Amino acid sequence: MAAVEFRNIDIVFGADQKGALKLIDEGRTRDEILAATGTVLGAAGVSLAVERGEICVLMGLSGSGKSTILRAINRLNEVARGEVLVEHNGAAIDVAHCDEATLRDIRMHTVSMVFQQFGLLPWRTVRDNVGFGLELRGMGAAERNRIVDEKLAMVGLTNWAGKYTSELSGGMQQRVGLARAFATDAEILLMDEPFSALDPLIRDKLQDELLDLQRRIHKTIVFVSHDLDEALKLGNKIAIMEGGRIVQAGTAEDILLRPANDYVAEFVKHMNPLNVLRGTAVMRPAASLAREGDSVVLDRDGRVKVKVDPEGRPLSLDLDGRAGVLATADGEAGVIDDKLAHDADCIVAPVDLKLKAAIELKRHTDLPILLVDSLGRLAGLCDDDEIYRGLLRRLDG
Amino acid sequence: MYDWLTEHKIPLGIWLRDFVDLLTTHGQGFFDFISLVLGALIGGFTDALLWVPPLLLIALFGLAAWLVHRSVGLVVFIVGSLLLVTNLGYWSATMETLSLVICATLVCVIVGVPIGIAAAHRPWLYTAIRPILDLMQTIPTFVYLIPTLVLFGLGAVPGLISTVIFSIPAPIRLTHLGISSVPPALYEAGKAFGATKTQLLFKVELPYALPTIMAGITQCIMLSLSMVVIAALVGADGLGKPVVRALNSVNIAMGFEAGLAIVVLAIVLDRVCKRPERRSRKG
Repeated sequence: MAAVEFRNIDIVFGADQKGALKLIDEGRTRDEILAATGTVLGAAGVSLAVERGEICVLMGLSGSGKSTILRAINRLNEVARGEVLVEHNGAAIDVAHCDEATLRDIRMHTVSMVFQQFGLLPWRTVRDNVGFGLELRGMGAAERNRIVDEKLAMVGLTNWAGKYTSELSGGMQQRVGLARAFATDAEILLMDEPFSALDPLIRDKLQDELLDLQRRIHKTIVFVSHDLDEALKLGNKIAIMEGGRIVQAGTAEDILLRPANDYVAEFVKHMNPLNVLRGTAVMRPAASLAREGDSVVLDRDGRVKVKVDPEGRPLSLDLDGRAGVLATADGEAGVIDDKLAHDADCIVAPVDLKLKAAIELKRHTDLPILLVDSLGRLAGLCDDDEIYRGLLRRLDG
Repeated sequence: MYDWLTEHKIPLGIWLRDFVDLLTTHGQGFFDFISLVLGALIGGFTDALLWVPPLLLIALFGLAAWLVHRSVGLVVFIVGSLLLVTNLGYWSATMETLSLVICATLVCVIVGVPIGIAAAHRPWLYTAIRPILDLMQTIPTFVYLIPTLVLFGLGAVPGLISTVIFSIPAPIRLTHLGISSVPPALYEAGKAFGATKTQLLFKVELPYALPTIMAGITQCIMLSLSMVVIAALVGADGLGKPVVRALNSVNIAMGFEAGLAIVVLAIVLDRVCKRPERRSRKG
């Protein structure tokens, strides 16, 4: 069961919902629907599943409908047609059609939200803002303050509990917003461009902090952003929206390497692939390399061969008859022991090695890199040619 | 044509008179009840204010002003002006007027703030009551003084009713303004964390709108004070009475003194009601 799932939802702002739905079914664009019925198309035919513990980023230009569908998850926006399923107490509840009591329960316990303009109450102190959701539940002051202090420590605002929000900088205000969302211990966090109103340095810092927190708390996060760098940095899954429709949903690599249409291609054109692409995407797969018995040929002339065991694990290196040395690198950091590198003739690294780390290794040692999967089996080869093609995103040829 | 027009007069005034007659014949019990309750309210307030020795009450006012505003100048001003009023011989009249103003404001807040909230939540309601509010503020007071007199008899109660009619639009309008200017983001934040309608009202809307509502109440107090002379015409006690009497007997001295007492009371109330400097509200 997905934590959040949109099933074919349409969202229409305006009175003539029926007329608009009919035009949506005819596949009309937003402008046509506005002209014909006076209603604004918020979202059309959106289907998307967000798994538990995943960060799903909804991406698009302003007005593309990303916030609109985010707000359908806790019914700040009403859905004209379709279902929005949210995992609540072990069952999938259709938020769009559940009764008021269930909706309130979901808002109090399962789904919480962080807003772009923070949405903090200026007449309350930081502590009372963070405890807002708990207070609405009717929780007593003692227990509430205990939880609030814990969450304030989590976002590093312990010393600011007694201040009013207007006394805080933008970055700190959004930390209060985050702490308020964490305070209810909701499984699902909705983040509506939470960092867009902050300056770039603070934004970067908060992104890192969010990733750091996520490694500990494993929430399901639905994140809205108009910034592709932010989306690629944070998202396990990215859904790109245009005109109220999802044009492509997938991993960062998918979107970078195989943009579904010109709109997406335009988006990713200026993207830096170094942090996004991994070995899997750029390597020459082992299956496409020539084999000689139990050896795999690495170069064109057939002089460099690696011997593999029956499972496909690299055993030894053969350099035109001479025995070579294999050295294993730390794939996450892209570093290898100096002495090891000096003696080695070929590097072995995990297959999810980032392109940036691969370049780092290559610069350091100037050796070809063998990529192995999590079971240690040879997955592919990554050398100069593969890296250049990855940088140029010419992976088909 | 002209003759025909003037001969066939539309009996607007007659209709309204008949309506008031209808109210007096069938609703006399109801109006008597209101008259009794409001009369007791004002009477009680006045008696309480006059029961305390004037100098003690002046000291108490000074103390209260100090506790709220922490300003020596303000306390000196308030005590000085109240002593002046006592010296001129208008202490009891001032207290009667103060009682009328407090009661009128109380009624205005109890009735007006809920109406303002309801109107902010229902745009159609505001559209409906706006012309009525305009009417209440523009129609000459004497016009509705006559029917209130008929319905409630002579005394403080018709004065209070007329005062309320004149001043209640201020709290209604400003409550409406305050509640409807709550930023959507705050409203949504409340909803997103599961606030019920009542919780939204008391934890988001009213706290946000409070400064605006307070401004409405201050305005209401000032408008009520401006009605004291009119209230005196229908028999309400207070500073209006000497003014009316001075007008009838062309007594310049009495008119000036009573007028000065009204102005002093107005300034004192205004200064006391002004909210202390609040922390700035940005972002």
